[in-house]
Amino acid sequence: MTCNSPPNARKWLFFPAPHRLKDLNEHTRNERKKDTCMTLLRTLIPALALALSAVSPLATTTAQAEPLRIILDSPVIEPLPFAIPQFIAENGEAGQYAADISRVIASDLVNSGLFREIGSDAFISGITSFDAPVAYNDWQAINAQALITGAVSASGDRIVVKFRLFDVASGQPLGEGLQFAGTPGSWRRMAHKVADAVYSRITSESGYFDSRVVYVEESGPKDNRLKRLAVMDYDGANVAYLTDSSAIVLAPRFSPNGESILFTSYASGFPAIYIMDVATLGIRSLGEQPGTMTFAPRFSPNGQTVVFSLERGGNTDLYTVDVGSGQLNQLTNAPSIETAPSFSPDGSQIVFESDRSGNQQLYIMPANGGEARRISGGPGRYGTPVWSPRGDLIAFTKQNEGRFHIGVMRTDGSNEGLLTASYLDEGPTWSPNGRVIMFTRQGAGAEGQPALFSVDISGRNLRQVPTNGPASDPAWSPLLP
Amino acid sequence: MAYTTKALMLMAVLGLAACNNPDRYGAGGGPGDGTGAGGIQTGGLGDASDPRSVAYFNQTVGDRVLFAVDQSTLSDQARATLAGQAQWLNTNSDYAVIIEGHADEQGTREYNLALGARRASAVQDFLISQGVAASRMRTVSYGKERPVEVCSDESCFSRNRRAVTVLSIGAGA
Repeated sequence: MTCNSPPNARKWLFFPAPHRLKDLNEHTRNERKKDTCMTLLRTLIPALALALSAVSPLATTTAQAEPLRIILDSPVIEPLPFAIPQFIAENGEAGQYAADISRVIASDLVNSGLFREIGSDAFISGITSFDAPVAYNDWQAINAQALITGAVSASGDRIVVKFRLFDVASGQPLGEGLQFAGTPGSWRRMAHKVADAVYSRITSESGYFDSRVVYVEESGPKDNRLKRLAVMDYDGANVAYLTDSSAIVLAPRFSPNGESILFTSYASGFPAIYIMDVATLGIRSLGEQPGTMTFAPRFSPNGQTVVFSLERGGNTDLYTVDVGSGQLNQLTNAPSIETAPSFSPDGSQIVFESDRSGNQQLYIMPANGGEARRISGGPGRYGTPVWSPRGDLIAFTKQNEGRFHIGVMRTDGSNEGLLTASYLDEGPTWSPNGRVIMFTRQGAGAEGQPALFSVDISGRNLRQVPTNGPASDPAWSPLLP
Repeated sequence: MAYTTKALMLMAVLGLAACNNPDRYGAGGGPGDGTGAGGIQTGGLGDASDPRSVAYFNQTVGDRVLFAVDQSTLSDQARATLAGQAQWLNTNSDYAVIIEGHADEQGTREYNLALGARRASAVQDFLISQGVAASRMRTVSYGKERPVEVCSDESCFSRNRRAVTVLSIGAGA
């Protein structure tokens, strides 16, 4: 095999199917020997090889009756103190991985705003062996409520990460020990999977750490902005670029299975929507109609339909296009602007914005068109509605009295809550578990750069997401397999 | 190197698109006001004192009209400018035009794209009413993607809420 022709490389760039695991494993092993030619591939792939990991229980202890618990809907959440002694390196090769994986797990948990790490300088006892009994008293004494222990072994192209979670107060394990196996390039994904398991056991909801975000990276002055599509882990690591910046690109969106990305590009000179195969980076146009402009695309939950805006003669309406056949279907027919459509998770309805009342407001209609009901009712203008993956909330951008906000409301328009306020916040996207929203925040003036921020749906834990440069239009992937 | 190959292929695809591209903001294109290296403006502006030149159209006739906040209605001043544009275009029938609609940054990206399209279309409709053939014109919206002024107050916003009539010779729409 040569550097120029890695067989099957396209198949495993992002999310390999489980039945391909054996092939992937062999391929990865071969490819890793070509260290010099792997550098670029690594930037795209770190994720992948993890799919070949097996998950096997180490113990069968059952959780006690009243487990350690965070109730996410509580009005006040005090971050839960946890300790994570550096994972044990079970052989010399595993040393750096053990250290790095422990740090990524801690970082995921702390960044969620739900957990507080107790530093190792406070530890009374250490963990010398993954299977040794836990000295609960020593962890109770430093007020740790959760203890995460783990071990990493590495040999060649395979590393194995094991972990256990303990409820310190009750002196019992919380759930079974688990292990993840994968290639060294997927070590961060294994760490995210451990953190997701911890999050899930303590909150009783699925996590969101093992996920990616597609977005637009920006450069250059504001009056001649260069934009290109990029994808990264949810926490800003492992950035890879999907297009160059020869044409303006806007608002990428993942398909429900994470294998395709919709986006709007000016590559033809006119804004039009395209679909990219993430594995091959191949692109094709979608819903193209001569003399029109298409934009604001989003997938249906089954991935077979795309809803989008089509402008003709100055008027913008909503259409769907069948991804396979290209069949167009017009959903709205009004002289007003209809745009920013988003499907409900069951696929039966679409929320969108329209200025039919005189300014931008949010409406919900059946997925095949028909009568729409307005759901937004407060002061100001409402745009870019996005249905939450849990189905219960609509996230939106609100403009009122010269400020922009990211907010959420129920699907009937009740219980509106504004989560942020700034000169310009826009374009919310949901974490896979519907608990966190990422969006674009841009400062004012020539030096005002856009950046990605995240915030809980409670309005807590506002954070900037690290990116290589100015960034906008984030869209979260589903949880990776 | 697989990724490099793919990236090059992609760049080739996008690069080709850019060659046929009326987008004066495309690869290597300069900012707004007319002399971008990419796309249709490379034909030369001519001497502004020549009433048949592109420079004369841009500067003396006026290549753009401005709009009020969140509006696409043509003001009296805009109509006067567009009447001049129509007269020039009816005299200089070799030129095709692309009408660009733009918005200021006080709005969401999607809405501003739609708003820019309304503005471009308002200009196109007026030019048609003044006798310019619809087949010579196309519209495109840039929303808030291509401001000409970058400050964040009304002095800049008012100049960014615009529709610009961009000439291209011999490029019948």
